[in-house]
Amino acid sequence: MVEQEQRTGTSSTRMIATLGIAGLFSGLALVAVFLFTRPIIEANKAEALRRAVFQVLPGSSSFQTLEFSNDKLALLSVEQENNAPKSKNPQIYAGYSKSGKLLGFAIPGEEAGFQDKIKAIFGYDPQRRMLIGFEVLDSKETPGLGDKIIKDKYFRTSLTSLEIDPKIVAVKPGQKTAANQVETITGATISSKTVIRLLDKTIRRWLPSINIYLAKQ
Amino acid sequence: MKNFEEAARYHEEFIKGLWKENPVFVAVLGMCPALAVTNTAINGLAMGGATLFVLTFSSLLVSSFRRYIPKEVRITTFVIIIATFVTIVDFLLQAFLPAIHKELGAFVALIVVNCLILGRQEAFSFKNPIRLAMVDALGMALGFTFALFCLGAIREILGNGSLFGVSLFGPSFEPWIVMILPPGGFLSLGFLLLFFNWLKQRQEQKQSLVYLADAVAEVAEKKDSIISLKRGV
Repeated sequence: MVEQEQRTGTSSTRMIATLGIAGLFSGLALVAVFLFTRPIIEANKAEALRRAVFQVLPGSSSFQTLEFSNDKLALLSVEQENNAPKSKNPQIYAGYSKSGKLLGFAIPGEEAGFQDKIKAIFGYDPQRRMLIGFEVLDSKETPGLGDKIIKDKYFRTSLTSLEIDPKIVAVKPGQKTAANQVETITGATISSKTVIRLLDKTIRRWLPSINIYLAKQ
Repeated sequence: MKNFEEAARYHEEFIKGLWKENPVFVAVLGMCPALAVTNTAINGLAMGGATLFVLTFSSLLVSSFRRYIPKEVRITTFVIIIATFVTIVDFLLQAFLPAIHKELGAFVALIVVNCLILGRQEAFSFKNPIRLAMVDALGMALGFTFALFCLGAIREILGNGSLFGVSLFGPSFEPWIVMILPPGGFLSLGFLLLFFNWLKQRQEQKQSLVYLADAVAEVAEKKDSIISLKRGV
């Protein structure tokens, strides 16, 4: 049979069968690995989010997810949170102290940086109208330059007690005079300005719905 | 004798990938991950490990089924097999090493187009028995990992002043930021290729000197025998 094939060339049936079998086993293997790893991957993501929320809301020991749908913020029930697939509506997180007191909101946002989108989450204290924490979730900014938005301690500290009124503004290094100003980083000007723009734009977008939600509580 | 020859063959196939035909330093293959993800030693090792997984398992399957894969569709079959293992390693990294997966980003998925892997299937695994194919794959993958580690270590030491995240020179060290940026990848690779080519040239020169010495000795021996023949006459 092999000799005959060498003379006449491989039959198309055999070629289709080979590729079909390879595809079938490939599909089976991928589905099996996907099903095995999916819960672990989702648990990793949930853990990363949980850690970020607790970091940007210092003192919080639990949080609840709030979803923006039908022009208002509403608490997600436990079933809704656990149900897959996850809703595509924008979400923020309300952080509570051990005694159950609302400490603030952890709000994720993104903005185009120097290389790619910078994704971050920040904590907002509605009582003091201040930002109280900041964490970068994903960034591809230039190592050694743009990534100072993650590594520069002074810049990060300045985002942990930042007034949002009348507007969060960027100023040159050494020129900060008010509590709503943030000094940009030398060598990471575009990236630090992006972060400041991200904070201001995101908080302005969420503020009306947060105020309505708080008024109803 | 046969066993000795077989062992020597396995040894040769393994060493070839590590040194003599190193995929990065000699064959200059897989340049995309070699330049893109080697800004730290750990990233180099992780990419090497992922490539090792894909290359060894792909070689195992290709070599096992080489008699049943028609040669007209062999490349397509190789790509299906390689893509399957790349997706598996992508899922596994996401699940068990999420920080590394985040660092390597899209380059994990891009292992599928690494010409080293497809090249080994076509040049070796499709023509050789399983054990030999596995030895070749392991040698090549370890050689690739070694090269990525060298690049990553050099770039991290010069560009960050650290190795595996541990600071080596203290806070007074002014890092060469360019080394962890893309130009640093090209510079380091250029210098390493220069070094390996210099080594190769030196070996070749030594080899040619040995040949020359042998040839001179042979001529001298012939001359002596001619003289003694003449004396005899």
